[in-house]
Amino acid sequence: MFSYNLRLALKSLRRAPGVAALMIGAIGLGVGVCVTTLTVWRVMSSNPIIHKNDVLYAVTLDNWDPNQPMYPTSPELPPNQVTYRDAMAMYASDIPARKVAMRKGMFVIDPVDVEGLKPYQIVSRFTNADFFPMFDVPFQYGGPWDNEADESAQPVVVLSKRTNGKLFGGQDSVGRLVQLDGKDYKVVGVLDEWAPTPKYYDLTNGAFEEPEDLFLPFSVGIGLRRQSAGNTNCWRNQTLNTFDEFLQSDCVWIQYWVELPDWDRVEQFQSFIDNYVREQKRLGRFERPLNNHLRRPDEWMRVNEVVRDDNRVLVGLSFMFLAVCLLNMIGLLLAKFLGAAPIVGLRRALGASRSEIFNQHLVEVGVIGVGGGIVGIVIAALGLFAIRNLHDNYDALTRLDIPMGLIALAIALVSGLIAGLYPTWRICRTQPAAYLKTQ
Amino acid sequence: MLQMQSISKVYRTDLIETHALREFSLTVREGEFVAVTGPSGSGKTTFLNIAGLLETFDTGTYKLDDLDVSRLSDDARSRIRNQKIGFIFQSFNLIPDLDVFDNVDVPLRYRGMSASERKRRIGEALELVGLASRMKHIPAQLSGGQQQRVAIARALAGSPRFLLADEPTGNLDSLMARQVVDLLEDINRRGTTIVMVTHDPELARRAHRNVHVMDGQVTDMQPFSVKPLVAASAVG
Repeated sequence: MFSYNLRLALKSLRRAPGVAALMIGAIGLGVGVCVTTLTVWRVMSSNPIIHKNDVLYAVTLDNWDPNQPMYPTSPELPPNQVTYRDAMAMYASDIPARKVAMRKGMFVIDPVDVEGLKPYQIVSRFTNADFFPMFDVPFQYGGPWDNEADESAQPVVVLSKRTNGKLFGGQDSVGRLVQLDGKDYKVVGVLDEWAPTPKYYDLTNGAFEEPEDLFLPFSVGIGLRRQSAGNTNCWRNQTLNTFDEFLQSDCVWIQYWVELPDWDRVEQFQSFIDNYVREQKRLGRFERPLNNHLRRPDEWMRVNEVVRDDNRVLVGLSFMFLAVCLLNMIGLLLAKFLGAAPIVGLRRALGASRSEIFNQHLVEVGVIGVGGGIVGIVIAALGLFAIRNLHDNYDALTRLDIPMGLIALAIALVSGLIAGLYPTWRICRTQPAAYLKTQ
Repeated sequence: MLQMQSISKVYRTDLIETHALREFSLTVREGEFVAVTGPSGSGKTTFLNIAGLLETFDTGTYKLDDLDVSRLSDDARSRIRNQKIGFIFQSFNLIPDLDVFDNVDVPLRYRGMSASERKRRIGEALELVGLASRMKHIPAQLSGGQQQRVAIARALAGSPRFLLADEPTGNLDSLMARQVVDLLEDINRRGTTIVMVTHDPELARRAHRNVHVMDGQVTDMQPFSVKPLVAASAVG
């Protein structure tokens, strides 16, 4: 009976193509807007490291100005980066299974081996060897540098897949040299495709930026005596004429993460940082109340408002818009179904039960829903394309993948069926005799 | 076969009540061909709608095949309409965007028959009305007489025991009307009980029995003078 009802639905839509197009367009528009906002929201609110959510922790210590919080709208939050002194103090602890102090850097790379490619600026990350296993970073060639490279600031580098493609044509470049700011660095590894979105490990420099193009030991960056290319925040009135003065300052500019595999270690490390801060308080630092946190990635992204409230509002508004579209569709469906009441009356006279009439029209509504879903996917693709062109670095947020396509169809089908319930119920109440004379 | 006893039907609006049938009583035996005549507004169509379970009634009793239909659910009434009753309407009531085959197929679809069984029945019904060669035509491509024959084929395809015809020749010229009545007579001879509402006295004369309705009541009824033929059903 389903195939018969499907055939009747297609015939019915062909009978009034204008009304059918309006209904499909209405639901398609609503679904398209919803899917556009949902796609952005879904990627924004996803957790790319969910499988390690229970063992990774971003560390924050509240060394900020006692007179005013760092974030006036969220005064309870400590700065989301730490000072160099505090990072090094924490790095001395062996409680974490892995630990990472890191920051953003910038180099000019000279592609001496590539003909026609001029030197260009490249975004880098100074970090520790633990960064790669800690965040499950995949390698195409080679691997991370070793701890000795961290300790002795060896000039080694890990390239992103893109950079390796640009400089070495995608070949295994392990052992080759790259020239950064005129100095040679040896390639020890090349990453495979890796683009965690949001970029949870450094939310201070754009949660939706692409990962860096190359990675070097944190100690190398210190040895270069160069400040961070990312966000640096200072509050205390301090003299910062030299890099050493900067390193000893209360400026926060380092992201610090630890891997704590069990609850005991979490408690131990929390005690460790609390004791450290108490000790620092005695030295005149950390003038605010004790406010140290170990935050898992999901909590970290939440407190840093990766998904802003206006995104949530936008998703809500888009569903309200869908509701308005559905109201229009209900009106059109009512007009269409009641216009065909004589035929329904005839079918009832010939033996169709109410449930059979209900099913027949529900299939028609379903066809409209699926049609609206397909139109919605096209509209969403156009919407996301527009967003991509309006905002740089929104590539990851504006990809319409297969799950979102299926979600679009599901939203369209379900909302179409909901919108069709009342008109379908009305038409299946048709008294068989009412229209037979006028049919 | 059909026993109506003291049936009343009142249509009510906010302002007025219209008594369509008052104390309406009629019995139709199996195999009969009964013509119901009467002026416009006399209650003929209301009678036919109630007889065909298309409408309910207010008081009285109605037994169809000894089954009291007054308390049946809507689904049960649909089932009886589908399995026991065939309808022929004045304005043919074909579905315009379905071809002849699909129009005849409509009642069979609600019977849950297999595709091969439906196809066989549709072929036989269209053969009987002489339109087997027009299966793929849509109604607009047929003459009025042909459309009515398709409607008759649709009514017959389900092998109903009871055929209700409401002014079946009302929209046809005299030649086509004669052909349709010939066909109805033939169907009746094969054993199907027919109740036909008509204005046409000549058409009414060809029935076994005439029943005259006035102001919602039977005012004149011929006795069961003609012994109807009972034979194998027309189709299936």
